[in-house]
Amino acid sequence: MSLAEAPPSAHRPGHARRGGSPGTRLLGVLGELLITAGVIVGLFVVWQVFWTDVEGSRAAASHIDSFEQSLPVSPEQPAVEQTGPPPTEPAPAPGETFATMFVPRWGADWQFPIAEGVARAGVLDAGFVGHYRATQMPGEIGNFALAGHRQSHAKPFYGVDRLETGDEIIVQTAQAWYVYRVTESYVVAPTDTDVLAPNPGDPTAEATERTITLTTCHPLWSTRERWIIHGVLDHWVDRADGQPAELIAMEEDG
Amino acid sequence: MYGWLWRHLPGPAMVRVLILLALAVGIVVALFTVVFPAVAPLLPLDQNTLGDGS
Repeated sequence: MSLAEAPPSAHRPGHARRGGSPGTRLLGVLGELLITAGVIVGLFVVWQVFWTDVEGSRAAASHIDSFEQSLPVSPEQPAVEQTGPPPTEPAPAPGETFATMFVPRWGADWQFPIAEGVARAGVLDAGFVGHYRATQMPGEIGNFALAGHRQSHAKPFYGVDRLETGDEIIVQTAQAWYVYRVTESYVVAPTDTDVLAPNPGDPTAEATERTITLTTCHPLWSTRERWIIHGVLDHWVDRADGQPAELIAMEEDG
Repeated sequence: MYGWLWRHLPGPAMVRVLILLALAVGIVVALFTVVFPAVAPLLPLDQNTLGDGS
């Protein structure tokens, strides 16, 4: 049949397949549902990979702002390094912002708020680094253990593989600045909670050091393992006295 | 499904396109702000804590 002989259609072209057998129409609906599902999964990837970073960074900046406004002033001058027992930090309520952290290796722009607990909703997915509730507080003898995302949700610990032994991890609370130095970096299974023990080097022994631990996922784009960073307290400084020289140097370098 | 929706929307084609666009934007906003944040913690996609996470 040539085109010229085709009978004139009463329907608009878009409606040509409106008839069809019930089976054909069912297949059509099924196809549309599958396409819709594909689009939604695609949108989820965009949300997970891109949008959670946008929202997370925005949330982190606003948490830092409101926390720093609540803090007593700390003059911008190098303070005396103290190695004696630091002040006792009060136990925060779940979800409460009680500290912020700096890692000069990750750049002068990198600062993250620390909240109590490691819940996904309200803490890790809300622009915070989370503090494992069962672990010790900053400066305390034992283990100050933190969890953070390595991808998505502002990916606070994205640069974990660039940390080197001796790098500073600086924690700011309402009372003091704590300067830790990285001692160890390794990978464990997600079930290996010994890294959170007060003495991660020897979980059965009593803690003697003031340790910090960072935990995040590994490898990139996977949750198969956990990347662990340990550090020990090098010194602390009183807020009223000034700030750690390492922090001032970082801010001057830009 | 979409054919049915198109036929049941009122107004000329241009108006229908605008209605569909508004509908699509609304659905994306709902997905990004409500559905995805609620679903994500249930998926084993970006867990980074140890043990049961306490």
